[in-house]
Amino acid sequence: MQFGIFTVSDVTTDPTTGRTPDDTERVRNILTIAKHADEAGLDVFATGEHHNPPFVASSPTTMLGYLAGVTENITLSTATTLITTNDPVRIAEEYAMLQVISDGRMDLMLGRGNTGPVYPWFGQDIRQGVNLAIENYALLRRLWTEDVVDWQGKFRTPLQGFTSTPRPLDGVPPFVWHGSIRSPEIAEQAAYYGDGFLHNNIFWPMEHTKQMVAFYRERFEHYGHGRADQAIVGLGGQVFVRKDSQRAWDEFRPYFDEAPVYGHGPSMEDFTRETPLTVGSPQQVIDRYAAFREEVGDYQRQLFLVDHAGLPLKTVLEQIDILAEDIVPVLRAEADRHRPEGVPSNPPSHADLVAEAQATGEATGLHVVGEDRWTGRRAEDDTQDPAEAVTR
Amino acid sequence: MTSGGTLDLVNRHNADPRTRRSSVNHLEPATTAGPRRVVLVSAGLSQPSSTRLLGDRLADATVASLAEQGVGATVETVELRDHAHAIMDAMLTGFASGDLAHVIEQVTHADALVLVTPLFTTTYSGLFKSFVDILDKDSLVGMPVLLGATGGTPRHSLALEYGLRPLFTYLRADVATTTVFAATDDWAEAGGSAGTLPERVRRAGGELARTIASRDGRQAAASGPDAPFAGTPSFEDMLGGLAG
Repeated sequence: MQFGIFTVSDVTTDPTTGRTPDDTERVRNILTIAKHADEAGLDVFATGEHHNPPFVASSPTTMLGYLAGVTENITLSTATTLITTNDPVRIAEEYAMLQVISDGRMDLMLGRGNTGPVYPWFGQDIRQGVNLAIENYALLRRLWTEDVVDWQGKFRTPLQGFTSTPRPLDGVPPFVWHGSIRSPEIAEQAAYYGDGFLHNNIFWPMEHTKQMVAFYRERFEHYGHGRADQAIVGLGGQVFVRKDSQRAWDEFRPYFDEAPVYGHGPSMEDFTRETPLTVGSPQQVIDRYAAFREEVGDYQRQLFLVDHAGLPLKTVLEQIDILAEDIVPVLRAEADRHRPEGVPSNPPSHADLVAEAQATGEATGLHVVGEDRWTGRRAEDDTQDPAEAVTR
Repeated sequence: MTSGGTLDLVNRHNADPRTRRSSVNHLEPATTAGPRRVVLVSAGLSQPSSTRLLGDRLADATVASLAEQGVGATVETVELRDHAHAIMDAMLTGFASGDLAHVIEQVTHADALVLVTPLFTTTYSGLFKSFVDILDKDSLVGMPVLLGATGGTPRHSLALEYGLRPLFTYLRADVATTTVFAATDDWAEAGGSAGTLPERVRRAGGELARTIASRDGRQAAASGPDAPFAGTPSFEDMLGGLAG
């Protein structure tokens, strides 16, 4: 089972000092946090994608590409990549590039995003949110699995004889998760393709998470990808840990009370009872998170949010150390102890996907031979004979 | 608003105002669905409150009218004041928890609702609206609803028509034609004569009772075990919708 962290990249004033990092400092802190997670032995670092303040993570593959170069083992991922407002052609190119650069040490999680105004910023219509997620992903898959794509849809200009480059590493596309909190349509989509489904339950009661995951598992089996308990499931999580439980409560409370999402709302007592937020000792986190499998079944990836609400970098790095040293090894052993035969312990790695593709003969070419029709010509020249692209 | 002069009228026989189950009549129910569940939701703030008093009277009139038709009914009462903090938390977090989650379940699975609010600055109270706002927008579709409100002056009597009725029309509830507004002065009138508060309460209760009696038992009982996402279109349908 994989354990990691994910950032939403919020720039938030530290309520205990009144200090606010600027965007540059926050971006650099995120890089430090990711490198530290790798050194500490966590399995996954995932970044959100946001295009509005107070968030700074607008360009995930730039960040993850750098991290691919300076980390050793950690899987780099997203939480989430906006499948609605990003051109699927750009997603195909950027994440194939990241896949090559990281030598397959990556996957990605697609989501619709939770910010309505972002749609028009990228020329899209929020009323088409679910339809965009469906059409764009269908195209993204074709761009990765078919060398030359002719395509026409509702939401972007048609493609004629288009090849997305670089071709996926070893001819195998990255593993894809679909993240959704409230939309069963997205769980349905993940099940249809046999992709992973991550429920970011950090602000939600387990009862809701349980229903969404059960629906995904049932549909995964329905579409013939395996047994329901073999579906690939991830959960979000949120913890603040100190060796001494009372110290954890005292230290985290001012951050909780001022946190952008739940601040000035329910008490920390209520929120820790109703949602996965766990504030306390390592053993308390272990007890709580080890029991999640009883609600959603044996799952493959647990991500923790540890760097939000204005927590200082030093504290975040300490949280990562406590997770890696005192919590994850126990949770991993617990997960291994309970997992039934035939249920995967991890989401598929690149090596797993390559082996599977070779076994089924599905690996595609690594390079597509094409003519350079562009060099030395004006872009408009190419529109002289639109049929040319199709017939060549 | 509160009407101090009317407080002594409140029924005091309930130990627990949230869960009062009054009821019931001794006749055989007209259908086999069992007693109908009328849920009274009161947004009155004082304790005791004239809004709650109006709600009790509307619920009792409904039960009495149902009894005349041979239909048994129970009344469950929800005082929103008891959940005020939880309602605001739900606004902020997007989910209801604990007792409030139970209350929402109770309200949305009722056979009929009696909804009463004090009028504050020309319309429903903020607490009343906040509670409605955290309900799923489809959860009251077809729900028989009787509306009542209290206010300090008869000049606000149409607030039920321009404020509350459109809200529940939007939610596609089945709102009784008669709504009952009780100004402070109304409580002083004698019963019996046309147009007085007791007469309007009787008429409104009768309308709600007729709607309840015309329905089979609770829809929820027939819908079977929980299938929370049963309405989700299959992926082929979603893809097909795009291709077409």
